[in-house]
Amino acid sequence: MVLAFKNETFRDDFTFSNSPESIRRFPFPFHEDKYMYAVNIEPHVPGPKGTVYEFPIDIDEHYVAEMRDREIVLAADPGRCQALPHMMTAQWDMLELLMTSMARDYPEHFSLTQDGDHWHWINRPLGIDQKFTFGDHTTLPYEPMEYIGRQCQGDFSIQDQRDGQLWMDAGIITTQADWSLDFDIGMNFFEWHGPVPLAHEAGVFERALKFLLNLQVGRPVRRLNWTMTINPRLDTSPENYHKWGIDRTTVTPENVGDKVHLRVELQGLWRLPRSNAILFSIRCYLIKMKELVTIPKWGRRLPRVLETLPPEIADYKGLTRYRQMTIDWLKKYDDGAPTSPGFGPD
Amino acid sequence: MTASFLRRVRVAEVEPVASRIKRFRLVSADGEPLSEFSGGSHVTVCMQAPDRLIRNPYSLMSCPSDTSSYQIGVLKVPDSRGGSEFMHENVSIGTELEISEPLNLFPPAKLARKHILVAGGIGITPFMSMMSELESVGADFELHYGVRSLAEGAFCKLLETRYGPRVHLYFQDKGQLVPLEQVLASQPLGTHVYVCGPKPMIDWALRSATLAGWPDENIHSEQFTAPPIGKPFVARLVRTGREVTVGGHQSILEALEQNGIDAPFLCRGGACGQCETAVTSCDGFIEHNDHYLTEAEKADGRKIMICVSRISGDAITLDL
Amino acid sequence: MAVSGIKSRPVYPGLSPDPNARSNVVVCDVAGAEAVVELLTRADGAFARRTSIILSADGAGSEQAQALAKRLEPAGVEIASGLPAAISHLNAILDQASMGLRLYAAGSEPLIGSVVQAGLDHFIDHLSIRTEHRGSLKRRVQCVHCKGMTEDVTTNPVTCSHCGLLLLVRDHYSRRLAAFQGVCINAESPGERPEPNVEFP
Repeated sequence: MVLAFKNETFRDDFTFSNSPESIRRFPFPFHEDKYMYAVNIEPHVPGPKGTVYEFPIDIDEHYVAEMRDREIVLAADPGRCQALPHMMTAQWDMLELLMTSMARDYPEHFSLTQDGDHWHWINRPLGIDQKFTFGDHTTLPYEPMEYIGRQCQGDFSIQDQRDGQLWMDAGIITTQADWSLDFDIGMNFFEWHGPVPLAHEAGVFERALKFLLNLQVGRPVRRLNWTMTINPRLDTSPENYHKWGIDRTTVTPENVGDKVHLRVELQGLWRLPRSNAILFSIRCYLIKMKELVTIPKWGRRLPRVLETLPPEIADYKGLTRYRQMTIDWLKKYDDGAPTSPGFGPD
Repeated sequence: MTASFLRRVRVAEVEPVASRIKRFRLVSADGEPLSEFSGGSHVTVCMQAPDRLIRNPYSLMSCPSDTSSYQIGVLKVPDSRGGSEFMHENVSIGTELEISEPLNLFPPAKLARKHILVAGGIGITPFMSMMSELESVGADFELHYGVRSLAEGAFCKLLETRYGPRVHLYFQDKGQLVPLEQVLASQPLGTHVYVCGPKPMIDWALRSATLAGWPDENIHSEQFTAPPIGKPFVARLVRTGREVTVGGHQSILEALEQNGIDAPFLCRGGACGQCETAVTSCDGFIEHNDHYLTEAEKADGRKIMICVSRISGDAITLDL
Repeated sequence: MAVSGIKSRPVYPGLSPDPNARSNVVVCDVAGAEAVVELLTRADGAFARRTSIILSADGAGSEQAQALAKRLEPAGVEIASGLPAAISHLNAILDQASMGLRLYAAGSEPLIGSVVQAGLDHFIDHLSIRTEHRGSLKRRVQCVHCKGMTEDVTTNPVTCSHCGLLLLVRDHYSRRLAAFQGVCINAESPGERPEPNVEFP
């Protein structure tokens, strides 16, 4: 399949939008009419054709524009990409995983030739043709994580495993939902999840950590996470919160459909073979309320979910200011009919 | 999520490397290259004995970047439950086996300034891949390896050839013991010590490191336990409403599997924690044989690792 | 006690002697010195003789510092003028140290954090450093926007000493930076300037 990459922006004039196909494949994160915290981890196995789960690494129509946005963020703030010195082996593991997946699943756009340690990578959408020696970072223009991270949708962090803990010791994070790599790098699993309310008490993180510590090579897992964002802004970092936070005050009953976006993260976790580290991919999907209600089931379900959200969680996700306005707007699309179980459109 | 993903391998080479130790080289049976792995990893090998399925964990000894084959070393233990004997007696070139993907419960500490590896007997095996990895990243390490005699010591020559003065050998029949106290006395700040071998040796080494003023965080060990033999008892399962008899030579996990009941597991050696199970009640005394639960959890009696632990008594009720 | 619901908030379990350590190095401030006196009381004289103490005197006069040093005998005491001097003295010791050394820190959170940082620079795991909080609750705060550090923060919110934004001090703590996170408090209401409260006296 040849993708038609859109020319669009995630800042300033915000020209981002989804095509009808892109709306249908949106990973809607609610399988019932209410919200519950859960570990919700499942095997990251190939899903139906055309869905975001078809391939381990999903590339879509927003690829080129997202990579351009990442370049802008990294130019302004190089601290969004950092790796502690002991993570070099894991960086190569990550580069191998992404290059082999992308070249295998999108051969029209990417190709990889491996001759021992001599690798040749071609990225057609971004016009890149690179020969390099696997394992020798001086043969690439950036360190391996940054090199491939600038060419793959989604944020990535790499967790080192030591002493029964996972340590976030590397990452390239430019589309984050309000957390700072520069602040969190070097923290363990419980520490970097520190600010998340309620889940610690529910034992969610203890169970998730135990599960991840025994994650096996070749058996990746995934989960969905979500929040909401005003305007299709990818870079909702704490670093720039003093610039984008004001957006939350600009929602009016008239502009909800265009301004309010559901932001879903498809999080994938892979055991990396050489380093025994865990690669964590955080792939962000955005959809406007106006686009979302074109799927009748989602239009009925989302307002019901938002009404059951505990206030602590609404606050943590930053929804408090515009939640009711969004529910009121969405209610026009909820005729009260029952919704079918499961995530997808009917 | 239960069980581990298995792949078929074929035995390509069997070499007796010491009087009771054989080295097996395993190649992929389906042509797909094996996974790379990290130093200190092990695989679980499944062996189909006439009466039952045996699954034992063995450390990978080969170079971690070699995806053409894996190597394991197996010590024949006379009074074992049959795994090592099966490997020695029934497995030869051409035998096909199933193995799990590599799992690492004994990785070198990546933040260490220096690594001291202390091995006794067959405990050398995880250090073989660990040293390959440490060597490839230019890390500072030394090996202290105690064996009964040259005839019983596997890989002594190979290790000396490959790593030269970083390898220190000690032969028990010549009255040589690992001079651990001296070794630990003069190491730079940030050194980590790793121990693998028979249980008494591990206990001695851990105690020595603590007495030398080493913080717990710098001391690491790995030991896989075979499920010890005991008397039969009954396991009652609350959630499935089933009741199974655990034989004297069986673990709880094996008894469940024999009865077609799915329970989580990974290492099957009491190390990884995957098979941790809540105990509802116990009519008897739990014999904790794992290295995963804390002493407090063991004393508390509300959790059991069903891959290696059993009870002396009549019945245990589990949340399964 | 300094506690909160955020899990990155450090826990300081209190000082206890490691009887096996070949040498003990303790860094403390004037308030923390009281915890060290108690530590030495709990241990034997041999422990004290294997122990060197770096006392960050901060504002204390030399007489008060000398008097404190006297109470810490027979441990060896080095008096440093303030935290930076104490840490540079600690670094010099750690540069030469062998395994068998046990590190301790007692006093304010910025002091403990700086000692843990120096430990990490010398390959010492933070969990093997024994810590006790005493005295002021003042914090070191990093502005997440400009990355500048503001020292000795006692109020919430606090004005960033570098970029001037009014920061909410969160309980989210970075060991690597030895600092709490400060985030703009009025990004969604630029006109408002909430009154600073003394939350970390």
